[in-house]
Amino acid sequence: MKPLHKIGAVVGSTALSVFTAAHAWAATSAPAVAEVTETVTEAAAEVVPVVDKGDTAWMIMATVLVMTMIVPGLALFYGGLVRTKNMLSVLTQVIAVASLAMIIWVMYGYGLAFGGDANQFISTGKFFLAGVTADSTAATFSEGFQIPEFVFIAFQMTFAAITVALVIGGLVERMKFSALMVFAIVWLTIVYFPIAHMVWYAGATPETTGLLFDWGALDFAGGTVVHINAGISALVGAIILGKRLGYQKDVMAPHSLTMTLIGTGLLWVGWFGFNAGSALEANGSAGLALINTFVATAAGVLFWMLTEKAIGHQGSLLGACSGAIAGLVAVTPAAGNSGPFGAILLGAVTAVICCLFVMKVKPKLGIDDSLDAFGIHGLGGIVGSIGTAVTMLPALGGPGAEDYDMGGQLVIQIMAVGVAIVWAGVGSAIAFSVAKLVTGLRVAEEVEREGLDLGEHGERAYNY
Amino acid sequence: MKFIIAIIKPFRLDEVREALTSLGIAGMTVTEVKGFGRQKGQTEIYRGAEYTTNMVPKLKLEIAVGDDIAPQVVETIQAAANTDSIGDGKIFVLDLAAATRIRTGETGDTAL
Repeated sequence: MKPLHKIGAVVGSTALSVFTAAHAWAATSAPAVAEVTETVTEAAAEVVPVVDKGDTAWMIMATVLVMTMIVPGLALFYGGLVRTKNMLSVLTQVIAVASLAMIIWVMYGYGLAFGGDANQFISTGKFFLAGVTADSTAATFSEGFQIPEFVFIAFQMTFAAITVALVIGGLVERMKFSALMVFAIVWLTIVYFPIAHMVWYAGATPETTGLLFDWGALDFAGGTVVHINAGISALVGAIILGKRLGYQKDVMAPHSLTMTLIGTGLLWVGWFGFNAGSALEANGSAGLALINTFVATAAGVLFWMLTEKAIGHQGSLLGACSGAIAGLVAVTPAAGNSGPFGAILLGAVTAVICCLFVMKVKPKLGIDDSLDAFGIHGLGGIVGSIGTAVTMLPALGGPGAEDYDMGGQLVIQIMAVGVAIVWAGVGSAIAFSVAKLVTGLRVAEEVEREGLDLGEHGERAYNY
Repeated sequence: MKFIIAIIKPFRLDEVREALTSLGIAGMTVTEVKGFGRQKGQTEIYRGAEYTTNMVPKLKLEIAVGDDIAPQVVETIQAAANTDSIGDGKIFVLDLAAATRIRTGETGDTAL
């Protein structure tokens, strides 16, 4: 398999003979049971897939690592950035939407994203995980090697859970908890599951393969699916919800950058599961994603702080944490599609762009994307996804083939980014509108002034 | 009796306390406070948001003393808290009408 296509998951179960037929290679093994002559000829070309215990162990570990990114990683990262009176509401929102996403994922999310061949926009099948057993397997990128399907389902489930939680960054300190839950259901259904399918699902034919996958778009671990998707949706949400009371007048300084640093560390550690786990195997590709996830992030930290310095501020801890996330976001689509120095370049460029946007452009826009979900995840995802066409270059140490056509890939990446932006923009506008109709979007003014902790949950984050 | 309120820079607390102890002052109350005077505040920047905080953190000391040593206490605080710069603080002296020690019910100078 060409490394170019190492972008997504090919899912099948042992019951799906379409896959085994499609993946047939050299006639090295014959099935144990002899059949009538014609089928023997066909079956002789089949490979008996192996479920490697090392791969399985790594993927279980990677799945759990992504879980730590959500709770407590993202919860603390976001929580530290809000005011004391809203800390608990952010923590609650993150754990609740992530939990909701997990339940929806096993009910119909997996079915819509990876359940079986239907069309280029959606899968159908395996609803309520019908037919999946402990013996079911999902393909990896190496022919003949598979992982247990339950592991694949759980790994992908954590991606859905963190993506919807990321959107919260644009909505904090003013959105009703009930509205967020309604939004999450609609948004996962009409935005996340289709985009995950479009980017990562390989069907038996081009007509059933995900649209962007079929184009050959590169997205190793979710630059489009996770970050552009969440960032654009958060921006749309911030516009529809409106600004927080007192935005750009009152002091809204982060209540605990200590919490934000802890969250950043947990996100960085968990991101090794996210990126290196997206190799779906414990192999060199995972190793490449691992080293890139270190160095792109480190470059992001330093270059965000250098940008702060260059525009006349001091290098700050919040800048370092923001740069880390920008670097992580940027390297997500490029994790296995870049050499270490390409990754450093990508992390650095993304951090500079995100820093300038967040510090210089955003204050003038008047849009209260409170925790910069768009400024870092959306913009970083766009730069990273487009930049992945560049980091593939063999000249930069990327894994592209000798005849790698950067110009052509660049066009594909830009088209893929465009699809993700439009789909997420329209879909999230619909999802927020549905939530508005069902529950109303914003808390009452006095609740917003008093804080969502007491107003929405009847608790305080801190009692002292 | 006098009631002395001193607003000082937080890092001078130990100096002031030591100086007062050697004067024989048996107790005081310390509160963390914020305020503004001639000293300028700090600018804080969190990503794109800039906040200028006019309020500077200080410590407020409250000490009740007998009339006789009040001038000495004021002098001692003034010397110990002084760094020769704007924002060193202020000392206020009020007349104190009464004092009671809660445990014994003693009143007046003996309660101090």
